[in-house]
Amino acid sequence: MDITFKDVSYIYQANSPFAHKALDHLSFHIPAGSFVAIIGHTGSGKSTLIQHLNGLLTPTEGEVQIGDHQITSDKKPENLKELRSKVGVVFQYPEHQLFDETVRKDIAFGPKNFGVSEEEIERRILEIAPAVGIDESLLERSPFDLSGGQMRRVAIAGVLAVKPNILVLDEPTAGLDPRGQSDIMNMFYELHQRENLTTILVTHSMEDAVKYADHVMIMNKGTKYMEGIPEEVFAQQEALNKVQLDVPEVIQFLNAFNARFGVDIPFRRQSVAELAAEIQHALKGAESIE
Amino acid sequence: MNNAIVIGQYVPGNSLIHRLDPRMKITIIFFFVIVVFFANNIISYSILTIFAILTTLSTRISLRFILKGLTPVWFLIAFTFILHLIVTKEGTVLFDVFGYKVYSGALIQGFAISLRFFLLILITSLLTLTTTPIEITDAVEDLLHPLKKIKFPVHELALMMSISLRFIPTLLQETDKISKAQASRGVDFRTGPIKERLHAIVPLLVPLFVSAFKRAEELAMAMEARGYQGGEGRTRLRQLKIKGLDILVFLFFLAVVAALFWTRNY
Repeated sequence: MDITFKDVSYIYQANSPFAHKALDHLSFHIPAGSFVAIIGHTGSGKSTLIQHLNGLLTPTEGEVQIGDHQITSDKKPENLKELRSKVGVVFQYPEHQLFDETVRKDIAFGPKNFGVSEEEIERRILEIAPAVGIDESLLERSPFDLSGGQMRRVAIAGVLAVKPNILVLDEPTAGLDPRGQSDIMNMFYELHQRENLTTILVTHSMEDAVKYADHVMIMNKGTKYMEGIPEEVFAQQEALNKVQLDVPEVIQFLNAFNARFGVDIPFRRQSVAELAAEIQHALKGAESIE
Repeated sequence: MNNAIVIGQYVPGNSLIHRLDPRMKITIIFFFVIVVFFANNIISYSILTIFAILTTLSTRISLRFILKGLTPVWFLIAFTFILHLIVTKEGTVLFDVFGYKVYSGALIQGFAISLRFFLLILITSLLTLTTTPIEITDAVEDLLHPLKKIKFPVHELALMMSISLRFIPTLLQETDKISKAQASRGVDFRTGPIKERLHAIVPLLVPLFVSAFKRAEELAMAMEARGYQGGEGRTRLRQLKIKGLDILVFLFFLAVVAALFWTRNY
């Protein structure tokens, strides 16, 4: 499902002394199947943006198009429920939404609401629980007995069990330990490729953006500040610093290295080993000239 | 929460009413609420109405915003008015509506009671519109101070008040967040039969209670870590002080009250 925003504005508490414009004539297009990272400073409108993706908010102005579903200021789609079954949103700290008696029931909650059959739900639970790292023995436990990291995984499983076509992730790894962070991001990436999902990742981590995304959008004050493939966007260090953002460590290193040794190794998302080989080549090459 | 609830919301400003001592504001409102019930004719009602309008205008908060915030109350006022039209049978019959006789006394009574209601709510909502919750609790603590003599836990009460006021917006935000998360998982809070909608509240309430308890625990811990040990010997950062302006406003209010009682017998 393609996602298109046309001139979308959103104002919180319009017509009051507290009116606040969170989105300002935002337009973009995300083709189906892409992995997009949305990056921006706190208050840049990222969270407002993702709430438009499944009709939680309707734009004050402009038009949002998700697949066949169109959302404008004066028209909410009648089949909102269908849209929500296709767009799965993992909110920040999703463990705060857990409520049921057992892990199994909580994971089943979403699909049940969307009318998935009992057998199919059971099949999905047994497939998804191991994928997010929930042991089968935990399924009958109360979600409130689990550790924070396990609760997060259960909450994520609850969204994935709906089998959405579009997966929206709002800082899904915030507050986890480093190991848990990379586990969960790798799981999402694998799922993205295997199920051919459209994934939208809101993150503060440049490292995650450069590692997983094939398209990056930088937000600032409710507008699109920059957009493009990660290699190009992150090459513009000065423009990024202007909106209080940094480039990923690997690019910072490459920039410093290139300047120090007067070479020009471009960033092409090399692995550490490839980069080491290129650096070795560059330095050896420089030596042989002397 | 897109539609702000105005009752209980503070609008920053620097008007005369904003700068008044909160104790003075509470005192004046307390007596205004009593005095409203003494108005009994057109002149006395006009005096109160003019006073209320003057006060409202001097807050410099947009009128539209204040009136919009009173929308839930309009219904109550209209209801009172209509009830009076139907029930009261005094004076002469003015006209017939579907066999119901509407009396002149009913019209006057209904209008007077609705106006009284409106004035009460307008004036009291001005308090929270122009006073920060912290100022209000400070003032309440100060005004209730004499009760300490009879071992009434004034400080604890004020603390409870300020904590609950402080957490209203936080809990509203939390409710908004959780209901959005559950709506994304297919819960429908807005349509469907009543029974199903009541059922839909469980996934909202359980997480809300869990987080409220967690917050309470964290708050208690943070307070203890910062050496909180009750009101004994505690000093204040913001000292309340009665200024000349406060006395002037109070004298003005007294004049209004005097005028009211004087015109009562007209």
